[in-house]
This record gives sequence, structure tokens and C-alpha cells, in this order.
Amino acid sequence: MSPMNLRQRFYLVEVLTGLGLTAAHFFRNMGRHTARAFGRKGASGAVTIQYPEERRAYSPRLRSLHRLVRRDDGSPRCVACMMCETVCPAHCIYIVADEHPNPEIEKVPRRFDIDLGKCVFCGYCVEACPEDAIRMDTGILEFSSYSRGGMIYSKEMLLSLEPADASGRPRSPIPLPADRRG
Amino acid sequence: MLIDLGIAFGRVAFVMLFVLNVAALLGWVERKQSAIMQDRIGANRASIFGITALGLFHPLADTLKMLSKEDFRPARADRLLFELAPAVSVFFALVAFASIPFGDTLQVAGRVVPLQAVTLNVGVLYVFAMLSLGVYGVMMAGWSSANNFALLGGQRAAALMISAEIAIGASIMGVVMIHGSLNLMDIVRGQGHLFWGWLPAWGIITQPLAFILFVTAGIAATKRIPFDTPEGESEIIGYFVEYSGMKFGMFLMTDMVETIVLAGLSTSLFLGGWQIPYLVADGFKFPWGAGIALAPWLVALLQIGAFVGKVGVVIFFLMLVRWTLPRFRYDQAMRLGWLGLFPLAIANIVLTGLVLAAWGAR
Repeated sequence: MSPMNLRQRFYLVEVLTGLGLTAAHFFRNMGRHTARAFGRKGASGAVTIQYPEERRAYSPRLRSLHRLVRRDDGSPRCVACMMCETVCPAHCIYIVADEHPNPEIEKVPRRFDIDLGKCVFCGYCVEACPEDAIRMDTGILEFSSYSRGGMIYSKEMLLSLEPADASGRPRSPIPLPADRRG
Repeated sequence: MLIDLGIAFGRVAFVMLFVLNVAALLGWVERKQSAIMQDRIGANRASIFGITALGLFHPLADTLKMLSKEDFRPARADRLLFELAPAVSVFFALVAFASIPFGDTLQVAGRVVPLQAVTLNVGVLYVFAMLSLGVYGVMMAGWSSANNFALLGGQRAAALMISAEIAIGASIMGVVMIHGSLNLMDIVRGQGHLFWGWLPAWGIITQPLAFILFVTAGIAATKRIPFDTPEGESEIIGYFVEYSGMKFGMFLMTDMVETIVLAGLSTSLFLGGWQIPYLVADGFKFPWGAGIALAPWLVALLQIGAFVGKVGVVIFFLMLVRWTLPRFRYDQAMRLGWLGLFPLAIANIVLTGLVLAAWGAR
């Protein structure tokens, strides 16, 4: 950094320049807020997005909360091949396999738990799945729980989720873990 | 007797309620003004029955939060001083406003009542004495917390206060010399004088350099950004690091009240206090000869309004400074106080003396 010249070291001019800049922003934004308060259309006085009410459109390749894809009869498309459980770097998927009543389908998961407290959202499970049975396209990002156990999402919760709409807005409500219900 | 008591009570109550309410409001002003300066909206979520009122309930929510928080005291803290420090800090900030006049005299029940809480012949000295005593609360907090960072903060506050206080004292000497009085009421009355019949003799016109020095040193005395080295939340957190709950809130309140006192003092010394140009005791008297006669109570009301308005403008400016400039490093703040403001203030005194001698005013 070059040493300050005399005008900068005197400080007052520089301070007043800075104050002028922030004051200009204040009065410009204040004018815009006032104009809007009186019902005039115009530029907004703020550049921020009021988050829970307003949202940016999410990118279609966003990796959000997982869902299990359903067959036409509502049963999971998953065949419990354990590919995702094997590839998962965080070891957050737990599957218990069961025989499927249909002899053409080999297996079905009896349990399919994802511990979202451990999940690193790498998306490897989606890539590894040979049946396209797990996807991360729900658009849901705000899941939370008061306990670690509450972060474990079961097969039923994951099966009930819908993919996000075209603008990336989630279509299913955020699933509430057991310790936040009631 | 009873009427005298009532009048005295009214004067004190007005000042106390004014300071306390504006201090509570400043939390909102600070949030909203900084937000609008930075192209944001600002806190707007606190609501009562769905009414958010532009976030006006946030100070209330803050207070409730602080009152309901755990009141923690470190095991090795000095109990008496630790409990006393926030009270000392906020007490001296609150009483400092007492001698600042908010209007001229008013006739009530046959008595001439000066519109200020306490009429003091040494009003200026009183305000500074109270502001300087306020730093004892900060030092007590720093020492009694049994925390090295708090101690460092308290020490920095004391050093900053000394360097700022001297610059403040020296910078207002020019104003005192012009008016020949330490009584704030006299100083404000003197500023009603008109040069050449049209230019009001406000302090900012007669003492422009002193105004800049006073405001700069005054911001340092309130320990707010850019002179918040005692706090320095990114380096030492500061003298109130061990405080929680409403005791912490009292330190925050001290900051706000000191800002109001500084604004009131700058208004009284440099911006004509309750003076409105060309407004005299019985109405407006313009330099071109025209005039509007007004009732005395209306004049008093206009004067109070002018004082409050000017204080508001100064507070806006102080907030603007607070949200624009970055913090001075500790040595930079010291250097500015001792090598910048103080010599300039002394030069201002000499210059004022020379001008007064040449003018032959006194």
C-alpha cells in the first residue's frame, strides 16, 4: 500500500467524502421507501431478499433433501442393492433388505434411513443408484431438529416427498422429525 | 410552595422522560438508519398481534430479552464493584443532561420558569464532570470482572477519555470566551444575537473549527465507532465482556444516553440550542422589517420543537459517522487526540482571543 498523501492524512476531507457517500445512499433509499409507502411503483430501497417470504429461484442442479422415488403402486423403486450405502462417504445411509412379493423384483428395503446429521450432500448416492430410486431434487433445505435422533429420516418420510417445481420451489412440506411434532 | 415543587418536578420529568425515551428509540434508529444506509431493510420482525410498526417493537423485545436472561457473575469477580459498575455508568450519563436548556423562559402561575431541568452557573463544567465520571463505571467494570480483556478495555476507555476530555474542554473554551459565561442558558441566549442584523451568531458560525474538534472529541468520549477501542469487539470484546442480561443492557443504554447528551450539548453550544433565527420573545421579527406576533406559549413550544429537531439532526449525523467509519487503532486514536485535536483546540483559543481583542467585544 502506498503511503497516504497529505490530503488523506489530514483525514477530514476523506471522512466527509465517505459520509457524503453513505448519506447519499440513505436519502436515496429513504426516498424510494417513502415513494413505495405511498403506493408508487419504483425501484426498491433495498437490495436484500426477505428470505422466508421471498426466495431466489434455486438452480435445477441443486442437491437438496433426498427423496425415494415411488413405483406406480406407491412402493419404493429401490431394490435394496446397497450401492448407495456402500458409496456414501459419510456412512449416513442404513438399509435393511426384504424379499419383494413380486418375483420379478428381487428385493425391497424394509428400512431405508438417512442420517441427515451426517450427510455431506455429495450426491454420490444419486449417481450410484442403478434404479434411479434416490434423488436429491425436493428443493427442501430447511430441515432441522432439536436432537440428533430427529435428523434420521425414515423410508416413509423420504417416500412421501415430491420433486421441486420448475422454479426450484419445494412442493412437499418440510417433513417434521418426531421431536418437533406436536 | 406546592406550585414551585410541581414546576421543579415538571422540569426534571420532562428532561428525564425525553432522555430515556429517546435512548430507547435510538436502538431502533440505529438499526433502521444503518440498514437504509447499507441498502437493507433492517429489523422488522418483532410484532404484537401481527403489527410490526416498522420494527418499532424491537427495542421492547430487546429489553424483555435482556431482563429475562441469566444474570451471570464470574466467581472471582469483585462483587460490589461488579454490581455497581453498570449503575454508575448509566447514572452519570443520565444526570448529565440536567443543565442543558430546552427552551427559553416561560411564565407559569406568575413565575418565570427557565426551561431546563437545573439552572446551573457552571452548566458546561457540570455536563463534562458528569460525562467524565461516567468512565469510572467503565473502569470499575473492567477491573472488577477478573478478566484480562475486560481490564484492557477499561484501561483503554480511561486513556481515551482523558485524551478526548482534554480536547473537548479546550475546544469549547472559544465558545465560553465569546459568551463570557459557563451557564448554558446564557450561551444559548447569546447565540440569538444577529451579526449585521441578519446572520445568527450560532457557535458553528463563530467557532467552526471548535465545532469540528468538539464533535470529533465528543464521539471519542461516547466510546462509539470510530473510537470504540475500549470495546473493540473483534479484538478484546471490551470492558463488558463478563456482563450479561440487563447489566449489559445498561452499558448499551449508557452509549445511547451519552449520544443524546453529546447531541444536546453540540446543539446548545454550536447550533443555537432552542434558538430559531429571528424568533424573539413575542414572535418572529425578520431582518426586512416584517414580523409575526405569537403567543408566549407558542414561542416556547416552537423553541422546544427547534431544540428537539436540532438534537435529532445531530443524532442522525452521529449515527452516520458511526456506521460509515472503521475503528481507529488504539495508537491512532491516542495520536489523534493528543497530537491532532488538542493542539488545534489550543490554536483555536489563541485565535479567538486575538479576534476578540481586535473586535473589542469585551
